[in-house]
Amino acid sequence: MAQKTVSQAAKPGLGVDAELAKRLFRDMALIRRFEEKAAEAYALGKIGGFLHLSIGEEAVAAGVTSALRPDDYAISTYREHGHCLVKGSDPRRVMAELFGRIDGLSKGKGGSMHLFDKSTNFLGGHAIVGAHLPLAAGVGFKIKYEEGDQVIVCYFGDGAVPEGEFHEALNLSALWKLPVIWLCENNRYAMGTSLERALAQPEIWKFGQTYGIPSEAVDGMDVLAIREASVRAVERARREKIPSLIEARTYRFRGHSMRDPAGAVYRTKEEVEREKLRDPILLFRDRAMKAGLITEEDVKRIEKDINDLVDEAVAFADASPEPPLEELYTDIFKENA
Amino acid sequence: MAVMTYREALNLALREEMTRDPRVFVMGEEVGLYEGAYKVTQGLLKDFGPKRVVDTPIAESGFTGVGIGAAMTGLRPVVEMMTFNFALLALDQIVNSAAKLLYMSGGQYNVPIVIRGPGGPAHQLAAQHSQSMESYFYHVPGLKVVRPSTPMDAKGLLKSAIRDDNPVIFIESETLYNVRGEGSDDPDFIIPLGQAVVRREGTDVTVIAYMGMMYRAMEAAEDLSKDGISVEIVDPRTLRPMDTETIIGSVRKTHRAVVVEAGAGFAGMGSEIAAFITEQAFDDLDAPVERVTGASAPMPYAKNLEKAKTPTKDRIVDAIRRVCYANGG
Repeated sequence: MAQKTVSQAAKPGLGVDAELAKRLFRDMALIRRFEEKAAEAYALGKIGGFLHLSIGEEAVAAGVTSALRPDDYAISTYREHGHCLVKGSDPRRVMAELFGRIDGLSKGKGGSMHLFDKSTNFLGGHAIVGAHLPLAAGVGFKIKYEEGDQVIVCYFGDGAVPEGEFHEALNLSALWKLPVIWLCENNRYAMGTSLERALAQPEIWKFGQTYGIPSEAVDGMDVLAIREASVRAVERARREKIPSLIEARTYRFRGHSMRDPAGAVYRTKEEVEREKLRDPILLFRDRAMKAGLITEEDVKRIEKDINDLVDEAVAFADASPEPPLEELYTDIFKENA
Repeated sequence: MAVMTYREALNLALREEMTRDPRVFVMGEEVGLYEGAYKVTQGLLKDFGPKRVVDTPIAESGFTGVGIGAAMTGLRPVVEMMTFNFALLALDQIVNSAAKLLYMSGGQYNVPIVIRGPGGPAHQLAAQHSQSMESYFYHVPGLKVVRPSTPMDAKGLLKSAIRDDNPVIFIESETLYNVRGEGSDDPDFIIPLGQAVVRREGTDVTVIAYMGMMYRAMEAAEDLSKDGISVEIVDPRTLRPMDTETIIGSVRKTHRAVVVEAGAGFAGMGSEIAAFITEQAFDDLDAPVERVTGASAPMPYAKNLEKAKTPTKDRIVDAIRRVCYANGG
């Protein structure tokens, strides 16, 4: 049940096989590369509006998703490129969405903050902080109503914790015993407001205990620790239909959005540089290589594949037409079948 | 046909749709054990069980969001707001989630949810429990908004709302729950959304009114008929999508229009109706469109002030006389 300390990194041997190790490395590397390219495209004016990068936080999406079945659900915030990609969306269509093009997941009508993919049970991309937590409880309600054995993972940031909807949703999920994994990506800053300036009680996992929800904090830079906590939570949700709260202590290396490039007003450069030493991709790569799960050739090949995939995604997005003007008035209402 | 109260009509609609479609469930504060603050859900818990009649804690944003999440993954929730005043606590869920998910997802996720409960002026319930709420919703692309005035409409429109694949805001009225009238006990009977109805035929002036104001306008029309003024009354029933065709058709016939609304007027339903009449039928008008609206003030508690806040029959009569240039007979 609830743990008093941050879960430690997994034991040597890592508890995963080579195939899974490669997948975890690949998923994290894909998110990193995809977002680096998205940042370039933003600088070139190919992507507009808000663009929130999760660089530094890749271990969370990769670790959690590795504990899910393809038919499980995921729902997220506006910093969701990674969650969407590793759930299985085509990177070309994700990039096209960021470019505002017709071949995007939402035909260019959602953008970076509103990625949805019904084919992977990815339920969006929600940009009102805290508002998608009740939706996640609703998906849990649906699963239970239909006596299914799926689960839903709901990603949110530390910034959602002071919102009333966090508490309403956690309470309802515990009260009604819903199969929801509440996955807090605690990157320590809600935009520019640090946790300490926002929460009277800054140990986020403890709020789960308040509602009787099994809760734990994990090292959010350790993909295996996240995976292990997620496996436990998914098991509880699938078997016992109960929610769990995982607080993944992570860090975003970039600013809040591309309009906050340095992210340096509210945190020190030294802090950012120190956190970059905990780079989740490099840490895992080294551990997996040491454990003999991944070779140097594997790394090179995966990185090349990823680079090609993302280059192709950018080219695809660039070549995709803008949505035709009649799309302005479609999808406002669904025509009854 | 059968005679039933407005409340019974709603209850019957819920029962029939829950029987027809196992995905339909009812959720809200006091809908189960208490049988509904206004007894609209009376007996449902007993007949359908706690899985489908779900009592919630007081957490409007939370349980409305639960409904939306359940709807986007395939269920068909009917969420009760004990009164629509409380829907403001869920306004973000309704406006930013329910109304926009289909659009933001490029057509992938629709939200077949009904959010229903009483709204509008009630009896001495004061500023926070007695106000017209529809204007907060009909402005929003992606929402359908229904205001049913009669038992027949309450039943037929609620059934259509539940079968609709989109979010529907369905605002009833405390003051109408006991109204008796013709209803239908045919489970296949529905009234499509987006169709206005002519409540009373007339030739001199068109009055557009719904809910309590429709009944008040009917009284005004009766009074005026004694003076030889023939009033046609059109009840839009669905505010969005609005059946402009029926309203414009009536105005083209009578050449005069009065819009009555209980709300505070400024940028209200009357403004919109007056605007599209002017845009589409200006050349047919023999007089400017008149609006009769509630006072631009919060709802007071004191009886005399409350009466002054909402349009009276006399004010409706005066407005009709003005557009007919029949002041003082």
